This record gives sequence, C-alpha cells and structure tokens, in this order.
Amino acid sequence: MCRLISITSENPISPMILLHSLDMMKEGHDESGVGLYLTDLGGEFEPYKEFPILSGIFSNAGMKKLDDYMLARGYRPKFERAIRPSKPVPAGTPKRDVYLISCYDYPDDWKYLPKAEIRLRLMLTRVQLRQLGIEDGSMMVYSFWPDVIMLKEVGDPLAIADYLDLADKNIYARSMLAQGRQNTNYSITLYACHPFFVQGVATMTNGENTAFVPIREFLMSRNFPGYVGYQSDSKVFTHILHYTHYTLGMGLEAYKHIITPLKDEELSRHPDGARLRLLKHTCRPLIIDGPNCVIGFTPDQSMFLVQDSKKLRPGIIGGKPGIYCCSSELCGLDAAIPDRDRDKDFQPMRYDLAFVDSRRGEIKIWNQWETFTHPH
Amino acid sequence: MESMGNLHPSTLSTKDLHWRILWSKEKCTLCGRCTAVCPVQAIEPGVHRKRALNVPMGLTETPSNVFSVYHGIDQRTDPAYACVGCAMCNLVCPNDAIIPVLNEEIDKQRFHVNTGGVPRRRGGRRNVPGSLLDQIKFVRISMLTDPALDAGRHEFEMRTLLGRILPPEDALKFSREQGWIPPVREIYPLIIGSMSFGALSPTMWEGLQMGVAYLNEQAGMPVRMCTGEGGCPPRLLRSRFLKYVILQIASGYFGWDEIIHALPEMKEDPCAVEIKYGQGAKPGDGGLLMWYKVNSLIAAVRGVPPGVSLPSPPTHQTKYSIEESVAKMIQSMYMAWGFRVPVYPKISGTSTALAVLNNLARNPYAGGLAIDGEDGGTGAAYAVSMDHMGHPIASSIRDAYLNLVKIGMQNEIPLFAGGGIGKTGNLAANAAALIMLGASGVQIGKYIMQAAAGCLGSETDRCNICNIGLCPKGITSQDPRLYRRLDPEHVAQRVVDVFLSFDIELKKIVAPLGRSTSLPIGMSDALGIADKNAAERLQIKYVV
Repeated sequence: MCRLISITSENPISPMILLHSLDMMKEGHDESGVGLYLTDLGGEFEPYKEFPILSGIFSNAGMKKLDDYMLARGYRPKFERAIRPSKPVPAGTPKRDVYLISCYDYPDDWKYLPKAEIRLRLMLTRVQLRQLGIEDGSMMVYSFWPDVIMLKEVGDPLAIADYLDLADKNIYARSMLAQGRQNTNYSITLYACHPFFVQGVATMTNGENTAFVPIREFLMSRNFPGYVGYQSDSKVFTHILHYTHYTLGMGLEAYKHIITPLKDEELSRHPDGARLRLLKHTCRPLIIDGPNCVIGFTPDQSMFLVQDSKKLRPGIIGGKPGIYCCSSELCGLDAAIPDRDRDKDFQPMRYDLAFVDSRRGEIKIWNQWETFTHPH
Repeated sequence: MESMGNLHPSTLSTKDLHWRILWSKEKCTLCGRCTAVCPVQAIEPGVHRKRALNVPMGLTETPSNVFSVYHGIDQRTDPAYACVGCAMCNLVCPNDAIIPVLNEEIDKQRFHVNTGGVPRRRGGRRNVPGSLLDQIKFVRISMLTDPALDAGRHEFEMRTLLGRILPPEDALKFSREQGWIPPVREIYPLIIGSMSFGALSPTMWEGLQMGVAYLNEQAGMPVRMCTGEGGCPPRLLRSRFLKYVILQIASGYFGWDEIIHALPEMKEDPCAVEIKYGQGAKPGDGGLLMWYKVNSLIAAVRGVPPGVSLPSPPTHQTKYSIEESVAKMIQSMYMAWGFRVPVYPKISGTSTALAVLNNLARNPYAGGLAIDGEDGGTGAAYAVSMDHMGHPIASSIRDAYLNLVKIGMQNEIPLFAGGGIGKTGNLAANAAALIMLGASGVQIGKYIMQAAAGCLGSETDRCNICNIGLCPKGITSQDPRLYRRLDPEHVAQRVVDVFLSFDIELKKIVAPLGRSTSLPIGMSDALGIADKNAAERLQIKYVV
C-alpha cells in the first residue's frame, strides 16, 4: 500500500523531512519508488515564483529536444537546476542523464492573455512534451507550472534522495506531498507514480480505485486535453478535483460530496438534500468506491485529507500553528512534527473533510452533514 | 389393417409431433383429469381394441382370436390440436401416468402449422436456447490491493436513475437560475418490463402490483413495473400506488383515453412514461392482443369493443421523422404531467439503434432509452418474427453505451436493457453483466412470469399459447376458469422472493469486485469472456 505524507509550513523546509517520515513508515511500503510535489517554494526558486517551472527526467537527447521545443514556442530559460547524478545508481533505480528543474519566462506574446488561457497553454505544453517524450523515451515531464516542482523515481526514497543530493540542493518549499511507492496495480511506469498534478491541483491516494474505468471514461469524455495518461487508477482523484474546481467552480466540500455522496435516505434528512441530490445525480460517474484516502493540495494551496465512504485507508492529520501534516501513518506524522499536541490529531472518517488553508493557522474539520450552502 | 387411402399431406403420426405424449396403461386410473386440463385438447379418451391369439394344445380345437377392449389416452395428430408440451396432464395426474416428451429429431409438425395459409402465431420467446450473457464472467476480483466487501454485512446502494440527467455544468447553472431540471427517479435497477393488462390475466397483474407495492413499502426497494400497452385499471390510476408504475404508450394508444381522463384525479404522478417504438421479440411489429383475450373488462380498460383482435400498428401513425415526431411525442407526454414525469422511448434491439440514440442525445427531454433484445418475450406474434427478427442485447447495449461515452453523455441518458435476461435462470449474473456493459438497469418479463407465477414456457417451444388465452397456469388468460388457478397473493409473495434473492445475488457479484457505493454502470474492466470475437466486439477481456 502506498505510504503518503504531506506538509504545509509557514517557513520553507527541506523535502528531506518528508522522505525521513516515509522512511519511518517503511514497514508499509516496498521502497519501490518515490514521488514528490513541492509548491510555495523557498530556497533558490523563491525569486521565480511567478514563472513556470518544468520538472522532469531527460536523456541528453531529450534535453536537446526540450530546448528546441521550448525555444520554438518562445519560452526563455530563466533559471535551472539540472541534476546530473555522479554517485553510483541505487539498486533498482534506472540510470538517467538529467533530472531537470527549469524555470522559464513566458513567451512575449502571452503578456495580455487572460489567466485561463495561460493556464491552458502551460498545461498543453506539458502534455505535448510528455507525448514527445513517450514517443522515444527521451523525456518524462511531470509538471510545468509556476511555483511547482515535482520529482518521481523508481527505488528507495532515501537512497534516491542521497543519490540526487536533495539535502544539499537548496530546494525548499512550504507545501509538499510525498509518496513512497511505485504503482503496482497496473504497469510499472513513472507516470503511474503519485502525486499527480494538473493546473495547480495535486493529489495522491492510498488504495485501489475500483470504479476507475467508468470515472476515467467520464473524465476523458469531458474533452479536456489535460485529462490524459491514466496509467494509475489514482490519477482520477486529481482530475475530479480539477473538474470540481475549474469546471464546476466549487470547492473541497463539493469534491467530498461528489466522490462520496450521501446515500439516498441520508439526503432526504439533510438540510440541503435537494441540492446535494442534484449534485449526486449529475456527477454520478465520479462516485468513488474506495478504499481510498486522498491527500492533496488545491490551487490555493489548501492541504486536505478525505476518505472514501466505506472501507477507509489509514489517514491522520496533525500539527501545530504554522506547520501541519497529513500522513497515512501516525509514525510518519510523529517523525515530521514530533513536538505537536497529539491530542489534537484527527483521523477523518467517512463523512469528514480535514483541511488546512494557506494561512496554516488551524486544522478545519468539515462534515458532510453540515450545511452545504455555497454552490461555488 | 385399415386402408391407407385417407392419407393427406398433413397427416402426421405421433412420431412426427414436436411433443409426444407418453402414457402408462398400468399407472392410469382413467380419472380423466389429464384430458380435462389439456388446454389444446391434444389428448382424448380412447377405446382400444386388442386381439390375442388363443392357441390351445392338441389337435381337437382350432386356434381362435380373443378380442378385448381397454380404455386409455389417445394423442391427436392433427397439427391444430398438437400437444404444446405444457405438461399440465402430468401435473394433475395422481399416478404420474402421463408426460409429454420432446421429439428426439426435428419434428414434421412444423411444416404443417400454416393450415389455411396462416403462418404460425404464438406467444413466448425465440426458440433458441442458451445465452451469450451466461458466458460473461466477472474476473476483476478484489483481494489484497483492494479488499473485497462482505455482501452480507456491508451497506450497499444498488439504485439507478431513470430520467434525463443534466451535465454537471448545466445542472448547477439551472439550479442557480431556477431553471427547469428534468425529473429523475431513483429506482431499483431490476424493472418489471412492459406486460399489458390484457396480455396478462387480472390475477397475474394484481399479484405483480401487490408484490411491487410490498417491495416499496415494506422492503424499502424502489421497484417499478411498466404497464405495457393496455392502459391501467382505473382504481390504480387514482391510487397512491401509481407512483410505482411506468405507464406505457404504444402505437395503438390503447387505454390512454382512460388515463387522460384520470389525470385530474391522480393522487400521485406515475414513475415515468415509456413510449414503445419497438419490442425485441417482434421488432417492426406492433402489439397484438388476439380476440380470444379481449373480454368486456379488457375492452373497457382499453376503450375498444370486446371480442376483436387488437393489433397495434408497427409504427406510431403520427410519425413523420424521428426529429419531429419523437421529440414532439416526448414533449407532449411531459406536458401531460406538467414536466414532472420522465418520458423515455423503448426500441427493439437493432443495428440502427445508434441513430435513435444520437437523436435522443440532441433532445433535451429524452429521459432514457430502453433497448429490448431479440430474446425478449411477447404475448402474441408470428413465429417467424420471434425466431428470426431482432438484435442481441449485449452488443446493442454496449454500442449504445460506448457511443454515449464518446459524446460524453453516458450519465445523461440512462440505458435500460431487456430481452432474455435470466433466460436460463441466471438473472442476477445476466443483469450485472449488462450493467457493467453500460446499462443503467434491466427489464424482465418472462423471468418474472416463470418465477412468480410458474409460467411453463421455454426455448424448446413449450406451451407458448399465451396468444389464445388458454394459459394453463392462468397467467395470460382472460378466462376466469383459468385465471382463478392463480392466486394473486401467492404471485405477490413470489415477486418479493425474486427481488429479495436477486438483491442478495447482485451483492454477491458486486461485493467481490469491491463495489457498493454506486451501481457499477460501465465497469467493463470487471468482465471477461472465453470467446475472442465476443470479447473484441464487446470490448471486454478475453479470458481462457
């Protein structure tokens, strides 16, 4: 089972904290891979917050291909951190040429574009690069978005961190997701490794999604170019949140109601039953059937944790003002924030949504039985 | 030996018949029950003369004949009185002395059932045993990556939706702007399909209705039943139970005068309105209630004179084009109940089903599409229609679903599959397979007649005399002497048994697949079949 940990902190911290926490949860994962999502960056990328950052793995040929592609579209390199590992490759990890984190300036003719158009173009760039890379295996692109860095690799998380000198690379962030296992439910590919990302939405998931195929079919039939690459059944959780946020214009509460709607008889007792029933009917193909624990970040950098409505996977949230953490295991949380008040830890159940907004002042618990007043 | 001079081309021996009666002289008590009960008078009391030779010892007396007489059963060989294999004779025989058996070779009777130039008409179903649905297996078993559920102890929500569901963006917009949101019903995915009051006997109909009412009000299962084209008894129209009923309108509009007049007095809206454009058992043919069954009650409910055959036209006479007429008819039916009742068409399985579906996709009122496959049943039709016309349901429903996926409307127009579900008794497995191929629910007819009332029909051409009102179980007869054999209370009990056991079996299928929160519509990754061509056609796994 995937081990998950996320953190949101008012001060930039190293992703090594999360990787050590993953190591604490080692009993539950098979050291088969690691996925990292970093946002609200500190360190050397902090000055470039407004510029899109490309994250991925490239062969030398892929680097050339990337440069040609980006230059042709008017992107100008601004700052980059290209990691070319010199240490021996850890067992089970393939040899790569470059792990690239590269920040670009926008093309000149984007200056007066609306934000939605910029979002679309950035995403299309990533999707096209990904496709180019799939053709010859020269590139794997995980994200291309302002203030976001992603890293995925096969192998033991700590060994990879050491191999890439992550602790010494001056890479810091305030909000992060980390996951410690390569997907094993479907074919082994880094594109199947959590977390998943699209236009500022990032999630990772525990457990297998049994309703994967109908959900995937529904998302793909929305004709949104970013809903591609379903190498993992968990990717749909990211895309459902994206759909909720951007297409429906609704928040995490709606997301929870969409993926785990109340039962028919429960809705008849809910104060907003009529509206919720409509949401349930209209989003019926997006109902998940678990067992899943979803941890992620919204585009406004709220960190959240929700469970499916029946089987539930492990999931806990805790912390202290200024720093909070979601973890699939208590020991992971203990490792990340040992000096918190453990009495305030919370394990969300079937109706709960737990989240920490970008002010990082407290854990907010919302329950599906509460009023659902805002359609937005 | 008698002269053979009276041989006629249609003279048959019992060996030539489809069903042969085996009778045991030793066991028979000559009670006469079998000849009395036979619905088609295929057997009659017979007096048989028997000769024995008496050959005495010695030379003084010459051998002589000894004649005796015994009484027994004769099977008539006139095709008009051929045994239908119902085996009611066996049912009533106190000594198990009589039973019909299937001819071991292709009978000769079939070449002579068109006397007078009229082809064979019958009730029942396509006489082809077996079902592709039975070959579909559920292969995606949850175990470690996703633990299976406990079918007995877990909470399940096995409900489906009937009605036009708006896409999420529109639904939220209309909700905000107080726009019209089409009515949607949350119903149980197993629906009792359209069998009319008239095709079915009053006791059968009453039993079904009582069973459905019990399931709704006592068992908490929102089961619905469709009227078929024959209207609805006036008291039911004015009762609170109407909400469990789907009213069907078909090309003969039988019974709709009564329904329209009852509108102001209705306490509840019906569940939905089904517009029948086609029927799987006899595609391209209209409904048919033969004169035998049109007694004064049926005639009154349908608004026709008694004693005449009631053939519905093959198509709605108002139809000019699909865009114009189907849209208009759907809208008109919506208007009748103030846009509060979902309206959806039912068509027979056909290679042109996608054209209908695509039209419905552009019609914002269409509340679903029911597709009836070739294995569907009927109360009366020409045998050739039943046996040779139609389209299998599996590929029809799959094509329709994948087409909806392609245009992104798989949640907007629910598909309902009918025709041969549970044909060989595997009701839950067949229903689950169709749901995972993309159906939102299934409709059953023959299965409920067999399970809830003991219908004797089968794919070996057994019984199948629903058309002439002689149903020996009283299920499809309008003759009180026959339908009093059927106790509606017992039918209701069996309906409840069927639905409760179906529910358990459905859970036993979806629980190991890890599904419980919602009906696994379109969960095709769970399906496999050992037939490569079928797997490819249905886009499911080929497993051997």
